[in-house]
Amino acid sequence: MIRLRIIKRQEPLGWRSCLVLFSAIALSLFLSGILLWLRGTPPIEGIVSLFSGGFGSRWAIEDSLLKAIPIFLCSLGVAIAFRLQIWNIGAEGQFALGAIGATWMALSFPEQPAWVILPLMIIMAMIFGGMWGVVPAVLRQKLQTNEIIVTLMMNYIAILLLDYLVFGVWKDPTSFGFPMTPTFSDAAIVGKIASTSIHWGLVHCVILGVLVWAFFRFTKTGFELKASGDSVRAARYAGLPYNWLVVLVMAMSGALAGWAGFLESSATIHRLQPSIMVGYGYTAIVVAWLARLNPLSIGIAAFLLAGLRVGVESMQLDLQVPADFGGIMEGLILLSVLAGGLFTNYRLKWEKKHDS
Amino acid sequence: MTVEMLIPLLAATVQSGTPILYATLGAIFNEKSGVLNLGVEGVMIIGALAGFVAAQATGNPALAFLLAGLAGTAAVAIHGIVCLWFRGNQVVSGLALTILGVGFANYLGTSLVGQSAPGFSKMPIPLLSDIPAIGPIFFNHDPLVYLTYLIPPCMWLFLNFTRFGLGLRAAGEYPAAATAAGLNVQGYRWVGILVGGFFMGLGGAYLSLAYTHLWTNNLTGGRGWIAVALVIFAFWRPGRAVFGAYLFGGIMALQLRMQAQGTAVPSSLLLMLPYALTILVLVFSSWRRGVSDAPAALGTNVEPAD
Repeated sequence: MIRLRIIKRQEPLGWRSCLVLFSAIALSLFLSGILLWLRGTPPIEGIVSLFSGGFGSRWAIEDSLLKAIPIFLCSLGVAIAFRLQIWNIGAEGQFALGAIGATWMALSFPEQPAWVILPLMIIMAMIFGGMWGVVPAVLRQKLQTNEIIVTLMMNYIAILLLDYLVFGVWKDPTSFGFPMTPTFSDAAIVGKIASTSIHWGLVHCVILGVLVWAFFRFTKTGFELKASGDSVRAARYAGLPYNWLVVLVMAMSGALAGWAGFLESSATIHRLQPSIMVGYGYTAIVVAWLARLNPLSIGIAAFLLAGLRVGVESMQLDLQVPADFGGIMEGLILLSVLAGGLFTNYRLKWEKKHDS
Repeated sequence: MTVEMLIPLLAATVQSGTPILYATLGAIFNEKSGVLNLGVEGVMIIGALAGFVAAQATGNPALAFLLAGLAGTAAVAIHGIVCLWFRGNQVVSGLALTILGVGFANYLGTSLVGQSAPGFSKMPIPLLSDIPAIGPIFFNHDPLVYLTYLIPPCMWLFLNFTRFGLGLRAAGEYPAAATAAGLNVQGYRWVGILVGGFFMGLGGAYLSLAYTHLWTNNLTGGRGWIAVALVIFAFWRPGRAVFGAYLFGGIMALQLRMQAQGTAVPSSLLLMLPYALTILVLVFSSWRRGVSDAPAALGTNVEPAD
């Protein structure tokens, strides 16, 4: 009798792990195609429309880059937490709180010049987002609560808090009953780069990405974080301040997602309204995992998944495929890549079995 | 609050706790085998959609309920393939399953929004429903509620007193020792998650077939996540799950009632109650707990022997 044996790899797979990644993505595209076909949509046409819609023109690439900005920042944040094996599922809520903090400043100081109001908005967005990250971290360290569920529940609470504000106290009296705040003053709006439709947030992403990378590469705390992420027990044994590090990563994580919330409210929609919540925080988790928590790869993965979102919109226009198809594809990609991990970490071997 | 108001509130508590109870019991059964499943929300909503579509197609709610359970099993099989066959990370796989499930249900369900399907209606149990207070609270519901009075004791008996149940728990507590004793750990884990997925699917179907009879997108609204939290609150015990589910049913029923009566509290703040309560419940249960009650090998995959 011949059976399949799975053996742990001693050496890393090297360049062939890229092959595994591409095969996994190809598999998820194939499965998505089948789902389209089952619903009566021509699958090849669908995938073509998806790619040309996401990346096929200057307009499409600009739109994908715009959507990649909040995804990148949220993902950079959750990746920092994931490094320490802290499961921050709360980027969505931290993003909402960041937008709330920024909006609060923009509405409170409508007369201030840009060099005053923009830093104020950023600081408040980081404090609000960071605070939304620190609460589950403290609960986890003091009371051993499960941070996955606490961060997730805080997402729901954050979205309802945002609703409460835009339906109530912050509602624009001239909005004809629509739940939205008044438009920000010109000074409180992050502008566009030269003759593109892309705002300066893209530059923020590059700077913050380099800062995070340099933090891990060159600072003592960054080194401690990396060490603790590899083995919590060893870190405790070596006397690293583990409790403090958990709070720190969640504060950083939340602050980055908060920054993304600031950019979405200030640069993209110029006010606060419920439609700001489109699930970037959840896509960020997919991105962080696909990119194996590496800042540069997060940039690439964020752009690709943002392109997927834009592409799905074009599929919706061309072929009437509901936009939720994007969620299916995200889930399929993540599951295929996870399954592909088997080939990266193990060797498969067929062998003859003598007994039984 | 008077007694006349309290009894309908408690009856509504039992009803709105029932879908959460199904899902929590499923997640307990699942996690007892050692596989963490954060995909409950996704599995539930697939069950809700499958039940709704099946009820529309067949006109037979009981059959639809069963099919919804099987749809839950099918959905959770994806998690099994990724975690049990391919040794993928259980946390991430569960999250991906939720993203996939919610996307899938909204993808297929968008065209069904606002439609209705034949479902279950009230079926008072003779004699029992005449008992004062107890009767209207517990015995004036649809048959699916009565089913949840039987499942927790059965599950408890199964997990603690049958050979198979003990094997399943061993797979979750000491997989290495169980393998050494000649048990097929992966097999027990497959049964654990597939049966668990069946109950999660039923929980979703309760929402579309008995709770609303209508399809809306995001029908589950985080109940799957509340079930994940209740598993911890219940210390992985079916009996305590009943208590936890009714606690949430109560808060949901109360919040609906307050909205209907038009309180001064804005509805978005009322809607926060179940989510805030989930956090409180977790804080409370970790504060009460001495040692961890989780299955010792929860979340760790079985490494292949070599």
